[in-house]
Amino acid sequence: MAQVIASRRAAVSGTAVRTRKKRPFLLDLYSTAVGKKYAMGISGIALMGFVLFHMIGNLKMYQGASDLDNYAEFLKKLLYPLAPKESVLWILRSGLLAMLILHLHAAWSLTVMNRRARPTRYQSPRDYQVANFASRTMRWTGIIVLAFVAWHLADLTFGVANTVGTDGEFVRANVYDNVVRSFERVPVALFYVVANVLLGIHLYHGAWSIFQTFGWNRPRFNRWSRAFATGFAAVVVVANVSFPVAVLAGIVG
Amino acid sequence: MSNVLTNITLRIWRQAGPAVAGRFETHVVDEITDEASFLEMLDILNDRLVTEGKEAVVFDHDCREGICGTCSLMIDGQAHGPQRGTTTCQLHMRRFKSGDTITIEPWRASAFPIIKDLMVDRSAFDRVIESGGFITAETGGAPDANLIPVPKPVSDAAMDSAACIGCGACVAACPNGAANLFTGAKIAHLNRLPQGQAERWGRVESMVETMDEHFGSCTNHGECEAACPKEISIDVIALMNKDYRKAKFASRKDLARQ
Repeated sequence: MAQVIASRRAAVSGTAVRTRKKRPFLLDLYSTAVGKKYAMGISGIALMGFVLFHMIGNLKMYQGASDLDNYAEFLKKLLYPLAPKESVLWILRSGLLAMLILHLHAAWSLTVMNRRARPTRYQSPRDYQVANFASRTMRWTGIIVLAFVAWHLADLTFGVANTVGTDGEFVRANVYDNVVRSFERVPVALFYVVANVLLGIHLYHGAWSIFQTFGWNRPRFNRWSRAFATGFAAVVVVANVSFPVAVLAGIVG
Repeated sequence: MSNVLTNITLRIWRQAGPAVAGRFETHVVDEITDEASFLEMLDILNDRLVTEGKEAVVFDHDCREGICGTCSLMIDGQAHGPQRGTTTCQLHMRRFKSGDTITIEPWRASAFPIIKDLMVDRSAFDRVIESGGFITAETGGAPDANLIPVPKPVSDAAMDSAACIGCGACVAACPNGAANLFTGAKIAHLNRLPQGQAERWGRVESMVETMDEHFGSCTNHGECEAACPKEISIDVIALMNKDYRKAKFASRKDLARQ
């Protein structure tokens, strides 16, 4: 009467047996959910690094237009003249893009896997005990932040979503002016604030998850991993949200 | 002193077989002592159903003392019901009030197909266990008890993981239907002990990879830990993740010196 999940059932052996075929070990690692979580964590760290340094760089807008514009120029000249102009920047950009794609691919395939693991949902409401808003909305906060990044690039890098400057043109190098013109539009500033709060929620769970996923688990340090994630998320959100607020309040501009 | 609860409404999932559609069926238990366990309350209901010529509600149960891992049930959206660290069989009606409506569902996961009503097939857990093999320990004359020294914290931690009864509450509670707590507990139980070192890397690889064939993935909600009747910590998942990484990178020749 009891039905059996009969797929490829072999005799129980004395030694742990792997039935899977051998492949290059990084691919082998990535083929499992645990491996994909490592990919999530590693790419997450890379993206967190970007978010942190992007925020620190933007703080220069409080020092005035020339500081921020010069900083943008400096980024193009990383390691110059040892390396050609913009070369290091493009290496960083391609690394970041690769990490973003890895993060998205792992998230997508794990989501598909999870949906398949429970095709019929519970027919009565669940009473979650410890899963929090952040952990339950990772997909949504992630997607909205991704959409924000696309808008953000269109706004301040490509200029297509920005308003033109006094000379009737969008000049990318005039970072300070572009930022001020962008945030003077209240809906844009609002979208920016909302997206950054969602990013903070994403980081609150993601930054903590890294420790658990990587097995960095020491009784003595465990409470620090939660503190780190909360602190990191808070610092990024507070600093990032301060920019549009400062523009609207007239402190920057 | 025992009290009597009255007018308990039960919404119970009824499903005739694996491939047919199920539905909630409502039954009212007029009177029940608060000393009855949850399963005894279902027994009493079943007695009545059988007397009335109806079909009894099918549910899994065996030892009824919280150590075999056979009972299950999603009670009001919580695996094993509202009491922490407790299996359904050890949950008593004193946790409920007169007039309560209690919803009972089976575990839901593609790896745990419903056999009938509230009973599911948890053989997927056996597949995970099988793939881990067993400890190829000496089976000659009984060795001295302290032949292999095991530090106390190690044996305590291994014992905490070994407390897993394989009930499946972790999978049932997980929003992703992942079995990481179960597999992690089994791996931590053996990989922590000196006797388990010989097959440490092979065990974690094959168990994690078998787990992947049946279950979802971990997103660190921690619902499994909250639902586990043995209160096994998600630390075992971290340990499994760490050992899986090491298994991919480490040289098997160095197993004895890790």
